[in-house]
Amino acid sequence: MTLNLAQSWQDALDKVRTWARLNSPWLIHYNSGSCNGCDIEILATLTPRYDVERLGVKLQGSPRHADVLICTGPVTRQSKDRLRRIYEQMPEPKFVIAVGSCAISGGAFQGCYNVIGHIDEVIPVDVYVPGCPPRPEAIIDGVVKLLQKIGKQ
Amino acid sequence: MHTNEHTQKAETFIVPIGPQHPALREPGHFEFTIEGEIVTAASVRLGYAHRGIEKGTESRNWVQNLYMLERICGICSHIHATAYCLGVEQLAGVEAPPRAQAIREMVAELERTHSHLLWLGEAAHEAGFETLFMYAWRDRETVMDILEALTGNRVNYSANLLGGVKYDVTGEQASKIEQGLDYLEERTRHYLDVVTSDPVFIQRTRGIGVMTAVQADRLGVVGPTARASGVVRDVRVEAPYAAYTAFPITPVLAQAGDLEARFVVRLRELFESYGVIRRILANLPPGELVLKRMPRRIKAGEAISRVEAPRGELFYFIRSNGSDTPDRVKVRTPTLCNMASVLTLTVGRHLADVPMILVGIDPCFSCNDRGLVLKRGADHEHWTWDRLRQIGLDYYAGERGSGGVGGTSISPAPLPPCPPALLTGMHV
Ligand code: SF4
Repeated sequence: MTLNLAQSWQDALDKVRTWARLNSPWLIHYNSGSCNGCDIEILATLTPRYDVERLGVKLQGSPRHADVLICTGPVTRQSKDRLRRIYEQMPEPKFVIAVGSCAISGGAFQGCYNVIGHIDEVIPVDVYVPGCPPRPEAIIDGVVKLLQKIGKQ
Repeated sequence: MHTNEHTQKAETFIVPIGPQHPALREPGHFEFTIEGEIVTAASVRLGYAHRGIEKGTESRNWVQNLYMLERICGICSHIHATAYCLGVEQLAGVEAPPRAQAIREMVAELERTHSHLLWLGEAAHEAGFETLFMYAWRDRETVMDILEALTGNRVNYSANLLGGVKYDVTGEQASKIEQGLDYLEERTRHYLDVVTSDPVFIQRTRGIGVMTAVQADRLGVVGPTARASGVVRDVRVEAPYAAYTAFPITPVLAQAGDLEARFVVRLRELFESYGVIRRILANLPPGELVLKRMPRRIKAGEAISRVEAPRGELFYFIRSNGSDTPDRVKVRTPTLCNMASVLTLTVGRHLADVPMILVGIDPCFSCNDRGLVLKRGADHEHWTWDRLRQIGLDYYAGERGSGGVGGTSISPAPLPPCPPALLTGMHV
């Protein structure tokens, strides 16, 4: 990668950051009321057959270390505040991937009394991965799309 | 004396875990009071994944509910649908054809295989044994491929229909399943060897979280957790459903009651599953897959349907008032029954053992969050098994006495007065 030294230091640093982010985005996963199907598929993408770690992706525990929040499930009344809090604890810039039909529209649980709706009613979403649950390939595709999007910005 | 107390107080603090937690995929919140390294009290707060499914069933018709109830849990989706279908068929007074029942059982056992392998990986991950986690999940893909070949879906297979199943097993699929099972059998033997002989792993499991048979019985635990303590609790054997009379299984038991026993029981159960799947494939009854006529409206009445999910007994209560939507669906999932054991077994142990003990029951919070309101305070009351049993007997005796099970005419009159705690619990 070439740095244009005529630019300000800030610009140069931003470029380095984006470069690092693209090469190794750290993910955090939160289930805000899903049926587990999507969570299992997310975990499956980390395991040997799909191995999303080859893209430099790492799933880790603390929101403060994460670049990307990967959410599953509709948002229930109980988990709404938690979801928002996790999002707020993440450092800028942050991105959100919504996985599964539930996360996109409430899916099969539309109209249940404790479901307040989909993820983007609570936090902004960058990439939607449809499916119930999406196949691991689709989740990987979602991650790649996000990385492309960040690259373009 | 005073200072002593003071220092002790200062050393006691509460470790909150969850709802977002690196190790648990699902939201649940625990608070462990610890003194130094030792847990002295534990409490749990559930309900983050409570969606209101039971109430939701009342606004969907019988067929739509099949697909929503399947999504109570993405790991044991098939067994939820099976329990529901069996209950509704019972209400409608019909029975699915034998071939359909056998396919239901086969998919259920394949599901158990995927669930137990998934759990093996999770538990290994919890113990810090990442290699086993990765291997177990790699091999789990074999059974996922089988399920996908059979039903077209990796998760939420939708194999069930009211009155039968959707998918047949072709000869080509059968040989693919056989091949897959051969491979899995060999791998499972290897894993059984690993969990019983790896010295480092054994240090995390042997003698930890010991639950005696008496304790298991008293806490009302179900499934492999109970069987690892020597309690025979397996609906497939006690009250065979689907095709379990034609293709029976032998319950796997262990006596030790510790974490190691839970590993051994679950892994040995896999051999049972492989065996029964092979037998079904070899003797699949011929015939229809689905009933020609399944009524859209279900006769008024009540039905109870019990099945053995990978985690233990799954219980469905379904009440119909004769319309095209259910009047009430109540689900009791195994994790809720097993959760009490976690709170009991962790007390007195090191904090480091807590995740292992928790994962030992194979918790599934999506299943779990069924919204049960237990009131604390003046009207809090403990009900004994005997009293609960008596109430159940009286209730159904009263029903039969008043001329069969009637939709709207169900009256709680023959019941002794119910404490509000139970009533609220029933209706949420
Ligand atoms: S999209 Fe489907 S698999 Fe994913 S959480 Fe929702 S119901 Fe479960």
